Amino acid sequence: MLPVIVLAGIGGIAALILGIAARIFYVEEDPRIKDVTNLLPGANCGGCGFAGCSACAEAIVAGEAQPNACVVGGTEVANAVAYYLGMEAIETNPQVANPGCRGGNRATKKYDYIGFDDCRAAMLYYHGPTQCERGCIGLGTCVKSCRFGAIEMGTEGLPVFNPERCVGCGECVRACPKGIIGLISSTTKILHWNQYTECLAPCQQKCPAQIDIRKYVQYIKEGRFKDALLTIKEHNPLPSVCGRVCPEPCALACRRQISDEPVAINYLKRFVADQEYLSGTRYEVPIAADTGKQVAVIGGGPSGLSAAYYLRRLGHAVTIFEKMPKLGGMLRYGIPEYRLPKKILDWEIQGILEMGVQAKTGVEFGESLKLELLKTEGFDAVYVAVGAWDDQRLTIEGHDAEGVISGIKYLERFHTDEEVDKGEYIIVIGGGNTAIDAARTAQRMGAKEVSIVYRRSRNEMPANPAEIIAAEEEGINLRYLYGPQRVVIENGRVAGLEVIKMELGEPDPSGRRRPVPVEGSEQILKCDVIIEAVGQKPNMEFMKNDSHLKSIPLTRWNTIEASEDTLQTDIPYVFTGGDCFTGPALAIDAIAAGRFAARSIHYYLSEGKIPPIEERARDFIPESLLSELQGIKSKTRVHEPVVPLEERLGNFKEVEGTIAEEDALYESSRCLNCGIYCYNKDIVEDENSLPVLQSEGDALAS
Amino acid sequence: MNWFLIAISAIFVNNILLAQYLGNCPFMGVSKRLSTALGMGAAVIFVATLASVFTWIIYHYVMVPYGIEYMQTLIFILVIAALVQFVEIFLKKKSRAIYNALGIYLPLITTNCAVMGIALLNIKNENGFFEMLVFSFASAVGFSLALILFAGIRERMITTPIPIVLRGTAIALIMAGIMSLAFMGFAGMGS
Repeated sequence: MLPVIVLAGIGGIAALILGIAARIFYVEEDPRIKDVTNLLPGANCGGCGFAGCSACAEAIVAGEAQPNACVVGGTEVANAVAYYLGMEAIETNPQVANPGCRGGNRATKKYDYIGFDDCRAAMLYYHGPTQCERGCIGLGTCVKSCRFGAIEMGTEGLPVFNPERCVGCGECVRACPKGIIGLISSTTKILHWNQYTECLAPCQQKCPAQIDIRKYVQYIKEGRFKDALLTIKEHNPLPSVCGRVCPEPCALACRRQISDEPVAINYLKRFVADQEYLSGTRYEVPIAADTGKQVAVIGGGPSGLSAAYYLRRLGHAVTIFEKMPKLGGMLRYGIPEYRLPKKILDWEIQGILEMGVQAKTGVEFGESLKLELLKTEGFDAVYVAVGAWDDQRLTIEGHDAEGVISGIKYLERFHTDEEVDKGEYIIVIGGGNTAIDAARTAQRMGAKEVSIVYRRSRNEMPANPAEIIAAEEEGINLRYLYGPQRVVIENGRVAGLEVIKMELGEPDPSGRRRPVPVEGSEQILKCDVIIEAVGQKPNMEFMKNDSHLKSIPLTRWNTIEASEDTLQTDIPYVFTGGDCFTGPALAIDAIAAGRFAARSIHYYLSEGKIPPIEERARDFIPESLLSELQGIKSKTRVHEPVVPLEERLGNFKEVEGTIAEEDALYESSRCLNCGIYCYNKDIVEDENSLPVLQSEGDALAS
Repeated sequence: MNWFLIAISAIFVNNILLAQYLGNCPFMGVSKRLSTALGMGAAVIFVATLASVFTWIIYHYVMVPYGIEYMQTLIFILVIAALVQFVEIFLKKKSRAIYNALGIYLPLITTNCAVMGIALLNIKNENGFFEMLVFSFASAVGFSLALILFAGIRERMITTPIPIVLRGTAIALIMAGIMSLAFMGFAGMGS
């Protein structure tokens, strides 16, 4: 009996002490912490970044972590926690692990390793077996680290990630000694800019918008057109527009052209974009939960549309204010119908509006709309992307005569109520795309003769080569090396243009050879309309009309001054980009600026400061420039269908067509799937001649 | 026996992990990373010393007078479990810093056989109060030492090629065996 009493006594005393202690040492703790802890799976995996589930629960209750912080529980747990806390579960875009290397078996080997089975061990010996410093070692440490079985080793010598099973815990990211696995969500893709430390294909480095071209071309090759288009839309919201008008800077970097011709990237982009257009239903893109922030976008051109699109995808409320009656900017008012049918542009714009972007057209900034008004209406940030709508004018004698019109004004009138200028003999001055567009438009309007007068030779012409060829085909008279001297006026109207023959002299600072007039070679070209298309500049009058915007300085090129790293102006909540910041550039440059501004505005609104991009890749990564390709068989490039010449004149039917599906599949197979060093070889060489690393002595000797 | 000898013997010669094979679960469980091994070691030192003091007092002043020494295992479990719980509650209130460093290991120690073993050994060796204090502290230090050394080895083992059949706990047990053999080298020291 005694032992039982003693035991019970000790037990009782212990219970009593604990009970009293719990009272005395009671810590004022939110009772919700305990309840939230019970809702969590209790795996104590640390995937959320806190020490165990109770620490995670504490952070959730304290508001330091989101209800969906638990990576194991998934949506179910997140919803339960959010419901308990009386909040709505925030459906953020899930993060999944993504490999940053696609070398695998294609990568050039430094050594053959024997006896290693762990990347971290191999890393200690001369940074692994591949020549490429950024490359995957391929021993599968990430596969072993994954507790959810989401990674397996593929046949190509690279880990294959299964996004269905990945919970985004980041174990593989920590396990990889090369640091090439990243946790990526569609949000991070929007906010990401190229870095020197990444493995980037040459085309992606060259593209101003940094589209992952290699990736979407590979998707097309696999027949996954939807994935291809969604990949493009991560960096370019206007793929069917760019698929028609972009001069393809990326193709200039394509490695394929070392052996034959660059991959027809734009045909492919246009193909996948038109697939969506023809199907009539839009693919759904992920949109983050509403942040409650409002952003005003001034200007509905490519840059404004792109900024609105990405800001919306990041969860902000966006309103576009546009001066013209319709959205689209220069894409609508500067590019003729035969190059970009307006129904295509409308389709793209409609898609952006359907995401919840508001638009107010016919509102001119600086007039009825002032910065102060935006601020009082609750806008948290403003993106000014008004473009470059003023023409540069020549200062030759008689340039203000009747019948002389600027290129932009000429093209714009086709889309406004103003009367279009017609004539029989039309001269276009200039060598850019606007000049070609104006000339081809004039030709379609039934002019007898259309000539382009350009003071340098064809090699220096800034217009897209394809456009120049099309202009020649359509019978436009291209007069190279003629400098306009004065406008000949008869009866108060243009009657001719006096030109002087030029020859090319020394290169000027832009690298193009300076034209020098030849004495005594003047002649008069007969004409009744002169279209001046010698360049554009931003019109910044509206800035002076606004009492607040006045304080933002302008550069000597009449563009807005802002930080190049953030696009932020002197007024912290005002951002700028596109042509009104850089001066006239390509549509894809404006689209890129839109996304860059969206990044800055997003960070500004969510974190207060804009983090700099580390190792931002501004130039080409030198190692990725190859001078020769080995083991590549030549394959000819596809050609897009073109409307025959006789059907083109007299109407504005679209000249270029979309390539067929089999052509797209063929063309995408020409892509070499490049990395920094790697590319797909048609003929794989024998690699048995590699030195074998067995001991340090061997390695040093080799 | 003076306290120095007791300490040396408890840390090296009769190491609780490698010579007595007590506390093998944390030895395998928390030895994957050096940082967790350090935290666990510190927690064990703290709890083992405290638990021994309490059990020693209860044994000598409650159990011996009533003649129920044979119930020591049962009572010690009860006392140690309650004590660890108490310490957790106490630390949470009084010292948030220590709680954050040791807190997550305390529940693990509630059922740790090394702590229990030290308490029982104190009785078996008929230690006096001071000897008990030194022995408990030194034994726990020995536990931590072995744990930390082992974690160091296991961290390096990650990057070593190991035959597939032996990976994980298997090779860890072999390592523990070899370590145990190495510690046998201390046997006979001090005699």
